[in-house]
Amino acid sequence: MEKKRKKALVKGNEAVAMGAIEAGCRFYFGYPITPQNEIPEYMSAHLPEVGGTFIQAESEIASINMLLGACSTGARAMTSSSSPGISLKQEGLSYMAGSEIPGVVVNMSRSGPGLGGISPSQGDYFQATRGGGHGDYRVLVLAPDSVQECYDLTMLAFDMSDKYTNPVLVLGDAMLGQMKEPLEFKKYQPKKFEKKWALTGAKGRKAQFLKSLYLDDGELTVHNWNLFAKYKRMKEDIRYEALFLDEARLVVVAFGSMARVLKSSVKMAQDEGLKVGLIRPITLFPYPAEFIRETSLQVKNFLAMELNTGQMVEDVRLSVEPGTQVDFFGLPPGSLPAPDVFLKEIKKVYPE
Amino acid sequence: MKQVFKRPDCLVDIPFHFCPGCHHGIIHRVVAEVLDEFNLREKAIIAASVGCSVFMYDYFDMDVIEAPHGRAAAVATGVKRARPDNFVFTYQGDGDLAAIGTAEIIHAANRSEKVTVFFVNNTIYGMTGGQMAPTTMIGQLSTTTPRGRDPQEAGHPIHMAELLATLAGTAYSARVAVNNVKNLMKAKKATKQAVRAQLDKKGLGFVEYLSTCPTNWKMTPEKANRRIAEELIPIFPLGVFKEEQAPAEAGVG
Amino acid sequence: MYFDLIIAGFGGQGVMFIGNLLAHAAMLEDRKVTYMPVYGVEMRGGTANCTIVVSDEDIGSPNITNPIVSIVMNKPSLVKFGPRVKEDGLLLVNSSLIKPDEVEVKGPEIMMVPSIELAAEAGNDRLANMIFLGVLLGKTEVVSLETLKQALIETSGSTNEELLAINTRAIERGAAFGRTGS
Repeated sequence: MEKKRKKALVKGNEAVAMGAIEAGCRFYFGYPITPQNEIPEYMSAHLPEVGGTFIQAESEIASINMLLGACSTGARAMTSSSSPGISLKQEGLSYMAGSEIPGVVVNMSRSGPGLGGISPSQGDYFQATRGGGHGDYRVLVLAPDSVQECYDLTMLAFDMSDKYTNPVLVLGDAMLGQMKEPLEFKKYQPKKFEKKWALTGAKGRKAQFLKSLYLDDGELTVHNWNLFAKYKRMKEDIRYEALFLDEARLVVVAFGSMARVLKSSVKMAQDEGLKVGLIRPITLFPYPAEFIRETSLQVKNFLAMELNTGQMVEDVRLSVEPGTQVDFFGLPPGSLPAPDVFLKEIKKVYPE
Repeated sequence: MKQVFKRPDCLVDIPFHFCPGCHHGIIHRVVAEVLDEFNLREKAIIAASVGCSVFMYDYFDMDVIEAPHGRAAAVATGVKRARPDNFVFTYQGDGDLAAIGTAEIIHAANRSEKVTVFFVNNTIYGMTGGQMAPTTMIGQLSTTTPRGRDPQEAGHPIHMAELLATLAGTAYSARVAVNNVKNLMKAKKATKQAVRAQLDKKGLGFVEYLSTCPTNWKMTPEKANRRIAEELIPIFPLGVFKEEQAPAEAGVG
Repeated sequence: MYFDLIIAGFGGQGVMFIGNLLAHAAMLEDRKVTYMPVYGVEMRGGTANCTIVVSDEDIGSPNITNPIVSIVMNKPSLVKFGPRVKEDGLLLVNSSLIKPDEVEVKGPEIMMVPSIELAAEAGNDRLANMIFLGVLLGKTEVVSLETLKQALIETSGSTNEELLAINTRAIERGAAFGRTGS
């Protein structure tokens, strides 16, 4: 019913599921965990309608490996989970990266460590952007800050994943997963991806395989350098949003739910005459380092703000020109972030 | 002149890396011959496992996906659901399937996945150098049971063929050996049945092959082969434990 | 146009339902809107609450500290959210469960709403939440009554005339109370 309209009021989680199906995802494998259960629930209801398959797996480990299997045939497939479940998926992610198999993974994160809680958190930034599992690999990471972006970026995730034959991670949290906003449905524009590597049976061609094991002398060195070159190529798909950078004297850097709340804080600062800008990385890997560096040629004060004790701030510090002041404000999980709280922190470091 | 013995089409023409007296090579051949009989080379997609069987992509002239250790049944599930017209099978050792991959095989069977699982039980971890496997016999020496496996400390040998036979989604489950010609014939028959279980969409087909590991058993090939009959079969009885005649669930799949 | 609101009460009082309904109506009027339910330990035994922001411009934070309006349907919600309402804002208090002398909030306009009694008058005392929604419409112009009715049809997915009629009566009764105070 919702689909026939142009707009619907839906949760971020539902938007992820809708975007996935629109982008041609026909296989979903998952295991229940709060706060992302609307994704498997939506998929179980709607994938069969488009001839797709939903499996509630016995574990997150099984889910990621079903994803690996389905994607190795060239199909579009997805799994989703939340922090502890994403930890369990890291083995599979490492194999997929090593075997160069695409696939979309959604982390509507909880707050940790351990079982933690379900309040909004950005404690999984390092795990998301540094590979997460074993070995020297990366996954492309997309961080939405609205229900619309949950939809749009999930669609994009499938294209990015096929473009780079690499897993793509969509990273949100409880705020983005649970909040509702009007979602404008967009028709997915299919792109052609040649999938000669896909395993479809050795009919009319030589048998082929997808693997990550390289034991011959020097083989793995070459493989790792090739992967590295691919991760460098991903820079052409860097995305970010920039607000109020003209004449800014302080630039706040934040992503996801935190950036969304900060849009209000920065607006409040502007209304008070403070020249505060905002950079919101949308791709967390690759990071918009060059744009931040260029900005730091003009603005000497940066403030990284995160719902953790300091993770992305390291990327800001690695990005800026020497001599740039980079402050950090962190709000570990446990309460909902509110714009007035952050405005106070912004004022504390605003250069006089 | 009629050719009476040739390499199966499903196998690549290179020598196996397996140790002398190891049954992996024989089991590879049994599987390949059966796949040849069903003309499945072009339809097959293998979910390879981790262990001595890791180099399947070198030997089988078929598409192969490398699964993480223990996860072959889950990977095969993903492949089969995406490509229901392909023939999908796993080939896993006892550490891979019966220890780290226990959850995956049990639930793949329980979901009645239309895949075929070839399980090699040699009562030891071969590739990593002879550590205790879940199938290691009571009293058996391994590099991690230097005083022999004590069931009070290290548990009992696990019986996968019987265990999987209890699940409604398992269409076929059998244990075979390849230690003599008679058993080899039965092994081939069981392999065919496990393949048919998938082709007929009945459910998961499972064959457990008792296998030697002369290197880690620290035995000559001859002695290792004798151990199958003398020690393994009394504990791991051969036979068919489940044979589904009709589809496991009417109307599904 | 900018409006924000926190609705709070016990789980089961229909707090999330009317929040969602209001957000849906705002969408139908082509406004930007965010609806933010709060889950977690607060769902069990304590208060359930949701925040709605409606605006003509892009909305930043879906979470706010000091709302323009708050609907508090039980005492714990009054204690938690009452003092947070903006000085020139509006606090709608469920006087069916909270006595006037329990309300110690200074600043915003306070309206005591006998929601259960009004709901009973409208035909079903379980529709106290719809009464509040009506009061909100009587006091503010965040959405129109017509849109709200349309939202009700769309969100309930029901064409049960009787069900829609009784809910509409409750909203209208609340709106009248909002306009006239009686």
